[in-house]
Amino acid sequence: MKYQSQLVAKPYFIAAIGLFLGQILFGLIMGLQYVIGDFLFPEIPFNVARMVHTNLLIVWLLFGFMGAAYYLIPEEAERELFSPKLALVMFWVFLAAGVATILGYLLVPYATLAEWTGNDLLATMGREFLEQPLPTKVGIVVVALAMLFNLSMTVLRGRKTAINLVMLVGLWGLAIFFLFSFYNPGNLVKDKYFWWWIVHLWVEGVWELIMGAMLAFVLIKVTGVDREVIEKWLYVIIAMALITGLIGTGHHYYWIGAPEYWQWWGSVFSALEPIPFFMMTVFAFNMVNRRRREHPNKAAVLWALGTGVMAFLGAGVWGFLHTLAPVNYYTHGSQITAAHGHLAFYGAYVMVVITMISYTMPLMRGRAANSPLAQVVEMWSFWLMTVSMVFITLFLTAAGILQIWLQRISDQPISFMAAQDQVALFYWMREYTGLIFLTGLLLYISSFFIKGKAATAD
Amino acid sequence: MSSAFTKSAARNIFYGGAVFFFLLLIALTFDTMSQLPKRDNRENLSESVLRGKHIWETRNCIGCHTLFGEGAYFAPELGNVYTRRGPDFIKAWIKGQPTGAPGRRQMPNFNLTEEQLDDMVNFFKYTSEINTSNWPPNIEG
Repeated sequence: MKYQSQLVAKPYFIAAIGLFLGQILFGLIMGLQYVIGDFLFPEIPFNVARMVHTNLLIVWLLFGFMGAAYYLIPEEAERELFSPKLALVMFWVFLAAGVATILGYLLVPYATLAEWTGNDLLATMGREFLEQPLPTKVGIVVVALAMLFNLSMTVLRGRKTAINLVMLVGLWGLAIFFLFSFYNPGNLVKDKYFWWWIVHLWVEGVWELIMGAMLAFVLIKVTGVDREVIEKWLYVIIAMALITGLIGTGHHYYWIGAPEYWQWWGSVFSALEPIPFFMMTVFAFNMVNRRRREHPNKAAVLWALGTGVMAFLGAGVWGFLHTLAPVNYYTHGSQITAAHGHLAFYGAYVMVVITMISYTMPLMRGRAANSPLAQVVEMWSFWLMTVSMVFITLFLTAAGILQIWLQRISDQPISFMAAQDQVALFYWMREYTGLIFLTGLLLYISSFFIKGKAATAD
Repeated sequence: MSSAFTKSAARNIFYGGAVFFFLLLIALTFDTMSQLPKRDNRENLSESVLRGKHIWETRNCIGCHTLFGEGAYFAPELGNVYTRRGPDFIKAWIKGQPTGAPGRRQMPNFNLTEEQLDDMVNFFKYTSEINTSNWPPNIEG
């Protein structure tokens, strides 16, 4: 850590990990509700648990991205952050808004929450992932703009590198596309069409820029490979991400009322979307193989390699599995979608945020790397979480294939609920595997509390 | 990557590619918007349907159900529920929740008025008449 103001990243990362734990607990509740339908009903109906699960994911990833930006941008710009105080104030604003929103979901009926928060003035709520009340959405915009101002001023006055420019472009894109969350036309087809300009253009667009910048930053640090080489890779990867991903939005437009030519545009371009993720895998391994130093933080290197591989599997391979229109006709809106969603979010965004945390946290705590024991525990948590997420994905994929067969393909199609009963075995296996994931996460958290002499390069 | 291919070449591909394909997305979006009137059933977008959509949103129906395959996968697809079940069944079903059957998935009761139930039915009738390119594959959704 070169600049004192980079320390503002720390509370962001701590909050991210705390909310991550909450996300997993609600995931386990939902998983159980899949097989014991009335579990916690009516206290926590499934829709509430799901809102909490997905919104916590989004909020903690945003905390992770912001923390990463506040850490890496001063270091790349070679100067202190424009205003560390503003960053700290925004941390508390965002945390308060996030916690208040989650409590609102849990304690107030959703329709009442909508009434209290001005949804009748400007209806934005009740759309998947955009369930937040109006004040929360405004809060997200305020926090994002304050952050962008702060970071942009830092970069403007400092050194401009590919990494801090790409990070900044990604974050600006994130904020700009979020503005579509305020547009909710009565026409359902238009509503759905532009809803994807947030959801798709985030996760298969600008978030990939953020991910690429974070990964490139950590790889430079832990491998010592020449910046020119790494930044060239970064540009090529994100170029491919946008070239394939922008028109790849079309894979969401097959069955929502949009013209049928989207079946061609969407299939062709989204079939190419695995390419940037595959390049990320090659990139990570290539840089580590060409390393010019042995960084004592082996756990961070493991996470960096892991996110390369798992993002390709989850976003790339599992995305490709059901992206072609003739296949998607049968798989759309089934457990296949859920399987892909889990591995893609974990492999790409969860793991890259943890990569960043793993590399920076020891530095912010005054050492190059954690003690060997703390690193061993952290690496165990890597394997437990990663392998269990692979199995969760496999079980959901099995459930999805069976569901599609029973409900959509067989000669005597059965109803949705009858099909759900038939695939319950896989939901049970998913739930047990979820407990292993939780064990991994608890181990990960515990690794922060393990003391000992800092590891050194051997 | 070979040294003949420079970082600034890579940067130019990124900025050029991003701008070109974003403009292409906007062009396709304009074309889509011009074609939607033939497909999106907007002529039946009545006040009642709009109220129905508002109820759909403020009860967070998407938190369990899918609508044209988007949403949660915990409860049945509702884009075509009007054709699958018909108006009377839909109203009776919403009124009859929760079933309270032990171990079964439960839907909350939203205490909707008779007029609100009609709005929901009208909303589902509207969605069932949108041209979704023959999706879902069959009536079960």
